[in-house]
Amino acid sequence: MMATPEMTASRETARRPQPIPSRDSLPFWEGAARGELLGQRCADCKLFRHPPRPMCPSCQSVKWEWLQLTGRGKIAAWMLPVHPRIPLFDDPLVCVLVDLDEGIRIFSNLYECAPDQVRNGMAVEVFFVPTAGDKQVPVFRPVRGERS
Amino acid sequence: MKPTFHAKKAVIAGIGQTEFSKDSGRSELQLACEAIKLALDDAGLTPADVDGMSTFTIDNNEDVDLVRSLGIRNLRFSSRAPHGGGGSMATIAHGMAAVEAGLSNAFVCFRAMNERSGARFGIAHLAPNSNSKGSGSGFLEWSMPFGAASPAAWTGIQAQAYMARYGLTNADFAPISVQLRKNAATNPLAWYFQKPITIDDHQSSRWIVEPIFRLLDCCQESDGGVAIVITTAERARDLRQKPAVIAHATQAVPFETETVTNFYHQDLTAFDSGLHCAKELWGRTGLSPRDIQVGMLYDHFTIAVFWHLEAMGFCKPGEAAGFVKDGHLALDGSIPISPNGGLIGEAYIHGMNLVTEAVRQIRGTATNQVKNVENVLLSAGMSGAILSRC
Repeated sequence: MMATPEMTASRETARRPQPIPSRDSLPFWEGAARGELLGQRCADCKLFRHPPRPMCPSCQSVKWEWLQLTGRGKIAAWMLPVHPRIPLFDDPLVCVLVDLDEGIRIFSNLYECAPDQVRNGMAVEVFFVPTAGDKQVPVFRPVRGERS
Repeated sequence: MKPTFHAKKAVIAGIGQTEFSKDSGRSELQLACEAIKLALDDAGLTPADVDGMSTFTIDNNEDVDLVRSLGIRNLRFSSRAPHGGGGSMATIAHGMAAVEAGLSNAFVCFRAMNERSGARFGIAHLAPNSNSKGSGSGFLEWSMPFGAASPAAWTGIQAQAYMARYGLTNADFAPISVQLRKNAATNPLAWYFQKPITIDDHQSSRWIVEPIFRLLDCCQESDGGVAIVITTAERARDLRQKPAVIAHATQAVPFETETVTNFYHQDLTAFDSGLHCAKELWGRTGLSPRDIQVGMLYDHFTIAVFWHLEAMGFCKPGEAAGFVKDGHLALDGSIPISPNGGLIGEAYIHGMNLVTEAVRQIRGTATNQVKNVENVLLSAGMSGAILSRC
């Protein structure tokens, strides 16, 4: 069996490249740097959306708000990038798409779960790992006792 | 079924391509110039005739440099199409639109790149580069910080959703690579000429994205240039080659779709852009999958062939693996795939070498010629086209 990423999660060094925010996504990454998972929601029709954008695709409002999300969701898909090997990241590295409870999907990593135990539909919760530049990014781990 | 075409219908009158290699030894501008000159020679036109041009947003060549190198007098219409190889057939759509609207009468579409000896696609993309702007992909902001930095990784995670839903493993992709390498093995223009592979070769190649893609699920990285010339059916009558009619060409940019990092549409197992292409291509031409003799299906990774087959209606959702296993993609099958070997077997000129082969199949001059070709489908996801005999 491959090494479990949890062994390296705690010493995930700040080698991980820091995000490159856009003007429209800056609050998401600023929130992540503080250890908060923020979601952008239309201030008028209350629809969540991700990636962030300046206009609501449902009601075309340009008013939005950033809300702290539950940080819980389910794995929609996953994979392990093997080649090219990127020394800035842990190995093995599990990449996941997570369907968050608020109805939006984000790309991230999964920790504290051996690669051969990852399943679509698995319940996960957010935590944060550091990056270069003294930032953080949201990553996930299985919700304990709730593996489905 | 055989559609009828009017005199102003856009046709492909000429094709040109350089050799396909891993190190061209010359500039991308030179590759573009050579491919365009070959396409014009093939058509019986000269650079002075050219008045329209299109390439990819991420092609490094500038139209002004091509105009001054080739000796073109004036471009009345110049465009670039987004979405990388997914948008490859959009260059045809732009050319068709320009020619049929009378905005151009000799329109060149090209792609030229040193994608193996120069800036490779298959390496890790960790910082802004020439491929991270204008391509319709969010990879740099939303995937890179999580260690997913190559096209195989981005496509692989979508593939996993499909594989999980339909109970597939990597072995289900093997027959696609084997077929494409078989086709390339008898194509002297292919990089993998005389180098077929077996299912075992595929299954013993190393993982690129586990447990999704092995090395032999990935297209090549290549150096080379490809060009085509579009004009009207009327003008093509006086030119050198039998024209390939552009029955229709279209783009597809559906809601919540991205290029390669296509993570946000609701059903990850559905090929949303391909479904829109299919609706437009079949709807506008009156053709159906039964009318297609050759499928040039954009094979950046093996899984994409499943997506094209299902979105275009050659089989139902979830049936592609069985359909492929049953041999339908063979040269004598019900829908022969890329007889030149495709992007996996011939070369990766970002989809444009699928177009030159489609034209040869319509002309009846291909090395691996399929019999009685009336209509060829070019399916690239965010763009597509159907070429027909006139």
